[in-house]
Amino acid sequence: MPEIRNYTLNFGPQHPAAHGVLRLVLEMDGEVVVRADPHIGLLHRATEKLAESKPYNQSIGYMDRLDYVSMMCNEHGYVMAIENLMNISVPERAQYIRVMFDEVTRILNHLLWLGAHALDVGAMTMFLYAFREREDLMDVYEAVSGARLHATYYRPGGVARDLPDSMPKYKKSKWHNQREVNKLNENREGSMLDFLQDFTNRFPGYVDEYETLLTDNRIWKQRTVDIGIVSPERAKALGFTGPMIRGSGIAWDLRKKQPYEVYDRMTFDIPIGTNGDCYDRYLVRIQEMRESNRIIKQCINWLRENEGPVIVENQKIAPPKREGMKADMESLIHHFKLFTEGFCLPEGEAYAAIEHPKGEFGCYLISDGANKPYRLKIRAPGFVHISSLNEMVQGHMLADVVAILGTQDIVFGEVDR
Amino acid sequence: MNVQELSQALANIFPAQLQANDVMQNDVYGEVTIEVLPENVLSVFEALRDDEKLKFELLIDICGVDYSEYGSVEWATGSATSTGFSRGVEPATGARLRFGDDKESTVSGRPRFASVYHLMSVVHNHRLRVRVYCEDDVLPVVPSVINLWPVANWFEREAFDLFGIIYEGHPDLRRILTDYGFVGHPFRKDFPLIGHVEMKYDEEQKRVVYQPVSIEPRVLVPRVIRDDGRFDEVDGAEQEKSDA
Repeated sequence: MPEIRNYTLNFGPQHPAAHGVLRLVLEMDGEVVVRADPHIGLLHRATEKLAESKPYNQSIGYMDRLDYVSMMCNEHGYVMAIENLMNISVPERAQYIRVMFDEVTRILNHLLWLGAHALDVGAMTMFLYAFREREDLMDVYEAVSGARLHATYYRPGGVARDLPDSMPKYKKSKWHNQREVNKLNENREGSMLDFLQDFTNRFPGYVDEYETLLTDNRIWKQRTVDIGIVSPERAKALGFTGPMIRGSGIAWDLRKKQPYEVYDRMTFDIPIGTNGDCYDRYLVRIQEMRESNRIIKQCINWLRENEGPVIVENQKIAPPKREGMKADMESLIHHFKLFTEGFCLPEGEAYAAIEHPKGEFGCYLISDGANKPYRLKIRAPGFVHISSLNEMVQGHMLADVVAILGTQDIVFGEVDR
Repeated sequence: MNVQELSQALANIFPAQLQANDVMQNDVYGEVTIEVLPENVLSVFEALRDDEKLKFELLIDICGVDYSEYGSVEWATGSATSTGFSRGVEPATGARLRFGDDKESTVSGRPRFASVYHLMSVVHNHRLRVRVYCEDDVLPVVPSVINLWPVANWFEREAFDLFGIIYEGHPDLRRILTDYGFVGHPFRKDFPLIGHVEMKYDEEQKRVVYQPVSIEPRVLVPRVIRDDGRFDEVDGAEQEKSDA
């Protein structure tokens, strides 16, 4: 009789369920995974080293490209580290705008996660539903920053500009006649806030649709219930944060526990799981979308009633106004210095962490007093979560590897940095 | 527990391992840093994790740091007016782009490499930063904390890959982010930004080959430290504190 041995299976880097460029070396015993060895770094761009060679204000765009489905949250962590080190406070209106866009980003991220996760497990429809709503939110991104994905909207000391009074509109084309275009533009006639408010009114209904498709779906439950169980003790030992630790039943959320910006004025709840399996993490993220929707509504109400500056007045950090620059020598000099040299931070170090859609995203900044960071370390939640993959998939079937990869919400932009 | 209480508790729990000046507390950003000698690492970390008043059960991050060019600049601004302006185009620091021009460390009296740990407690809701300097600059070694926090596994591999810091006791210290067969530790300050080699497809050999980099290096924005007080109004509170 021939000897039966474990065999090795290469999964990725060109596999649609690998969520980008993951090469996973699996040691299999039949169809059961004995050991998983993820090889990462295929998307390594040395963001941290690049940031060391640029003035502080030129690296914000790199942050968008870390976790490229939750762009503004990455920027938030970075500018907050700079603000902590400079000890400047952000105008109130900018804080509300940041909180609002953090939550818009959270919904964007969770929608992509939901679509991709369900697609991996076999539910194609979810992907189409999720992208229908992502389209609206990306239009909001576009209205405020000019870019649908890589916004570079947050700046040290505030945000780049105030909320716009109009939304981008559809135009008549050979695919859409005027009547169709008018219908598409129906909720785009007002300001950006009007459009977003319309979205927040519609969104809970959409989430109900997702839940109708999945929550009680027999196949979905067979694929996710009791798969990849992590106990609360292990979740802490493995360094989990965000929905991963909440799925295991620990009510830990930086927005509540170490509130930044104006999260302490917001009313929202932290959903937690009970079993710590893939299904619980799914429920946690679904509920988080509803909570984010609540926060966005509160921000919209405040932003409608309160005007004010959206970035600090200090021209050593924030660029001067355009008109001022044309007429005023001082403003011109400030503008020139800011864009050729940047600004210097005081010597010291700071760690700023935010509740990113995937977990704790932190920026550790060491400054020696220069106009460039001496060292910038990005603490990416995905990096920590995927390092636990070996432990989570052991003893599971090959098909469950895909479900567990999906539940970890991996994006390689931030894992490889 | 606030910052003062935490630093007081740390001083009480580790009277022997930490001298008074090792506990640095920063009220401005509400962060506490301690520095630990490599030989005390494991005992201190175990106490940090298990002590009832501290309970740092979550290791948030491990970050390697190369301090060899701390405080060096590319643009002389102090005495520039009497001799004409410094052009600031000579690559001299971390952004140095040419390879082969190794230079002396600008920081004397402090070890070159450090491993920085960020800890957090879910129970008490506080954070701590721990810095461990590696005593040997040529062969930097730190004990591994993988037995205390399993999450340290990949963080230590990353710091080894990028900085060449050896974590003693790590069972599987492989490269993690760089390419298979990569040579060198790219985040060290003496590693040029553009790297040493570039890759291309060779038509004659019909395969991918590596060759020395061919791009022209240049400095776009020189690194400069402004200590003429122009940012005082920005960080006024900070300035007063360091004066006091």
